[in-house]
Amino acid sequence: MAKLDLTARPGTQEIVLTRVFDAPRDTVFKAFTDSKLIARWWGGSLYQTTIDTMDARPGGTWRFVQKGRDGREHGFHGVYHDVTSPERLIYTFEYEGLPEPGHVLLETVRFEALPSRKTKLTDLTVFQSVADRDGMLAAGMEEGATASMDELARLVERG
Amino acid sequence: MRRSTRLNATFAALADPTRRAILAHLASGEASVTDLARPFAISQPAISKHLRVLERAGLISRRRDAQRRPCRIEAKPLAEASVWLEGYRRFWESSFQRLDAVLEELTAQEKRGSSRRRKRKRP
Repeated sequence: MAKLDLTARPGTQEIVLTRVFDAPRDTVFKAFTDSKLIARWWGGSLYQTTIDTMDARPGGTWRFVQKGRDGREHGFHGVYHDVTSPERLIYTFEYEGLPEPGHVLLETVRFEALPSRKTKLTDLTVFQSVADRDGMLAAGMEEGATASMDELARLVERG
Repeated sequence: MRRSTRLNATFAALADPTRRAILAHLASGEASVTDLARPFAISQPAISKHLRVLERAGLISRRRDAQRRPCRIEAKPLAEASVWLEGYRRFWESSFQRLDAVLEELTAQEKRGSSRRRKRKRP
């Protein structure tokens, strides 16, 4: 299984994800912009995602709702800025569960064709501030977690 | 110190490459100021200034051994900073694993579709 690479340099407002998929670029792009397909993977394995609205065109809005096993619902919404098949997708993203509105982020997803019908995905997310990027308003942060030395070394050496 | 203030101090402390290198050194064990200064072409007072920033952020502690004052890394502030990012990483990791399965199905369908089209072309 391919590895997800996540970079979040300390003191910056960005997170960069890269991941290789074993499918042609057109197919991966379709999985990001077709409402029936995106509902089948977006949001991870713990939640069920329903598509409230999704108009994958410049200026189109989107809203997804996730329901956890406890029945609580979490809404996410934004607007598509650029939908250029099969190479680029740019949209705004806001999580409705934060203590206050307005912490919008800008996500740019690039799809690059690789040999052997594979695709490299690069997802750049820019937050409004370092504090937003570091999830200081996000619900559910656990106190007192301990980091392993490996995680520590990774975080400091990344920079 | 409130958690948000502490996180701010952590990230401000980490925003400097020399301080990050100092922490990387301390990740493998305690060290004296002299040891820490050695790889850098900067003065001992400059290193001490970096150590004060790290100490104020709670990222290192310094023992009271009068001569050497050895420094030690403190994991908790870094752990707090990384917990949320780990949650973010897990969200995307599990989403992309599910996407792998969806893509496998789609590419299999595409292959079946194209082989059927090739068969139909035969007279």
